[in-house]
Order: sequence, then C-alpha cells, then structure tokens
Amino acid sequence: MQIAIASGKGGTGKTSLAVSLFLANRDRSRLLDCDVEEPNCHLFLATRFVSRTSVEKRIPLLNPDLCKHCGKCVEACQFNALAEAGKAGILVFEELCHSCGGCTFVCPTGALHETPLKMGAITRALVAGKAELITGALAIGHTETPSLIRAVKKTRPDPEVAFTLIDAPPGTACAFAAAVEHTDFVLLVAEETPFGLHDLKLAIKALQKMEIPFAVVLNRMRPGFSSVLEFCKEKNYPLWLQIPESRAIAETYARGGTLLDAMPELEESLRLLLDQCAEAILCNPRN
Amino acid sequence: MKIAFSTNGNTLESLLDTRFGRCSRFLILDTETNHYEILENTQNLNAVQGAGIQSAQTVLETGAQALITGHCGPKAFKVLHAAGIAIYLADNRPIDELAKTFAAGKLAELTDADVEGHW
Ligand code: SF4
Ligand code: SF4
Repeated sequence: MQIAIASGKGGTGKTSLAVSLFLANRDRSRLLDCDVEEPNCHLFLATRFVSRTSVEKRIPLLNPDLCKHCGKCVEACQFNALAEAGKAGILVFEELCHSCGGCTFVCPTGALHETPLKMGAITRALVAGKAELITGALAIGHTETPSLIRAVKKTRPDPEVAFTLIDAPPGTACAFAAAVEHTDFVLLVAEETPFGLHDLKLAIKALQKMEIPFAVVLNRMRPGFSSVLEFCKEKNYPLWLQIPESRAIAETYARGGTLLDAMPELEESLRLLLDQCAEAILCNPRN
Repeated sequence: MKIAFSTNGNTLESLLDTRFGRCSRFLILDTETNHYEILENTQNLNAVQGAGIQSAQTVLETGAQALITGHCGPKAFKVLHAAGIAIYLADNRPIDELAKTFAAGKLAELTDADVEGHW
C-alpha cells in the first residue's frame, strides 16, 4: 500500500510527521523522500548508506558537421527545447528536453543522436537495522522534478514490507501530483492558520480531482484557533490526528529531532494512524 | 537597420511590452524607411515552457539586427546572442520615442540575461 504524506504548502511539519510515522512503523514500512528538490528526511534519521544509482534522461547531441540547418528538429520539438540560432546553428536546451526522441527521429541527416544525461540520483539507506529510506535528489540546475519522483516511486519494496510511505513535495503543482498519483491514500498535514486552511482546501480539491482518498492531520493546534477543525467537521472530512503546538516539539525539531523524539507517547497513535489508513484502503470500493 | 520591439499594440505610438517571451506581438521597424510590420506572438502566450526561446526564433526570422524589450531570460538570451542580435532594455514607453532614444545611442545593450526566466 502506498500512502503519501502531503500538504498544500511547506512548513506544516509534513516531513516531521512522515519521518515519525515511518519510525513508529519501521517494522512494516519504508519511506520514500520524494521532495526531490530539497530532500531532508535523512537529516532526521540515523541512516546507514547502502547504494546510490544515478537517474538519467536521454537528450539529443548534435554533430554540427552533419547538420543542414533544415529546422525539422526544432519544428518537431513540442517542448521548445531546441532552437535555431541563425549561423550559430541548433541549440539544445537540455533542461527543457523531455526525452521524447522526436528530433532524432525526424532529422534527415543523422546529425542528432541520443545521449544520456544525469538528472538526479536515488539513494538507498537503512534506518534502525533494516527499515529502508529511499531518497531522490535532483542534480544541481535540473528541474525534471516529476520524472525523478516517478523514478523513486518505481523502486521495488521488499515483499514483506506492507507500507510504502511517501514524503511528497509541498504545494499542489505538478511535483505534488507526481508524488500522490497512483497512491492508495494521502495524509494531508495542515496547520491551524488562515493560510493553512486555504492551502488545505487547494490540496483537497486536487486530491478529489485525482480521486484519491485522504484524511487530515492537524498540526500545531493552538487554543482559540479552530478554522481547520470546523472546516473538516462541516465538510465531514476525516480528521484523524491532532498534534498540539508545543515548545518542546519546536525545540526538538530545531536540534534535528522528530515529533516522536519530542512526544514519545505519540508512537501508539502513529501506529493506529497507519492501521486506519490500511482499513480505509481495504474498504475503498475501488480496490 | 531593422529593430524588433515587444508590444501589445499595433502602431508606433504603442507602448513597449516589457515581457519578451509572452508579449502579444512584435513591431519590426525599418529605420531607413520608417516602415514597420507587425508580427503576432500569440502561440507563445500559451507555451508551457520555452516561450522565450520561441519568441527569440520569431525575432530571428524577421531579420532584425536589434531587439528592444523590457526583460530577457537566459534561454532567449542564449538564442539571440548566438544569432548575433543585439538586445537593449527599456521601460514601457511609446515605441517611436524609444526608437529615437535608440538612434541617439542612449539605450544600454544587454550583455547577459537579466532575469531568471518565466517572463
Ligand atoms: S528529445 Fe524530444 S523533447 Fe528532447 S529535444 Fe528532442 S524533440 Fe525536444
Ligand atoms: S533536423 Fe537534423 S539536419 Fe535538420 S536542423 Fe535539425 S539537426 Fe540539423
């Protein structure tokens, strides 16, 4: 079962929750850090490095001697990754290339051929003995966020590990969509602020469109603030866990500790939370 | 010499559109004859990526030797620069006024991209 931990914006404590959920359930889950532009789960975990593989994409390489400046490749590229710059010839913007192969296919002179380019890496590490942390990280200057996220999600779990937890990138744009697509369930982390509610609504809208079931985890509850709480009640959205705002959590986080370090008593709730997700997935008529 | 201006208008009195990649059209002015033509840039407004690259190609095809616009991202700059087109930055003032300023040599030439894309 794939369960993503997401939030409509950054800074809601999403990573801290993902890491804590993983730790509390380390005997039956693995964690994929899909925040590939800024992966940080490993900062909160004592890990043992296992392996690293690079993720490549194929880009066209130009042999200027064979190029007849016909412009067919530029016309074929749907992504504006090629340009004809007068006498300077064909320019390739590799960061825009989606590796469709179209340009190489249409080139009448064989001036283009595909060559691999590293866009990121996937690192495998172990936590507390045998729990697996898989981290995707984009190479500097690269922006192929969705492709790399999909590559991280394609890594195969040990068949004995029941849950794959996914730390999704913040926001509701294409990176978020790539992280939550095809997952069985999403835990949306929200915080109790006016912006928090707004971003939660955006994330819910996106998930409803993608038809992915979800539940809300409310972080940093403060006395006197209840907009997210009331919203969930009014709409009948499941609110499965509420974490109070506390100085101890903030201080632990600043020292590189997790939610679980600050509130060890949460372990039981976090195991229950995953059970609840599993139950919802099994009861989902789509499955 | 031919100069390209990014604009939303249709005449020499129109204002410069400071966005290069996503301006609605280009006005190409021939400084010798003072004749001008208008070139639509509409397909670019909707391009998901590389709008600046396409705009640069459009300008290239007009045979203009100089471009006057408000901002130019790194990719468009690379194309224009490689093709030997000089880029000058200006504010959203009327095109005829800018043409005079340009003729007087008072517009600064851009030697490196001035914005990080998405213009
Ligand atoms: S492979 Fe496809 S996306 Fe990449 S440059 Fe060629 S046509 Fe464009
Ligand atoms: S299609 Fe081939 S020959 Fe034509 S411009 Fe592109 S690289 Fe050159």
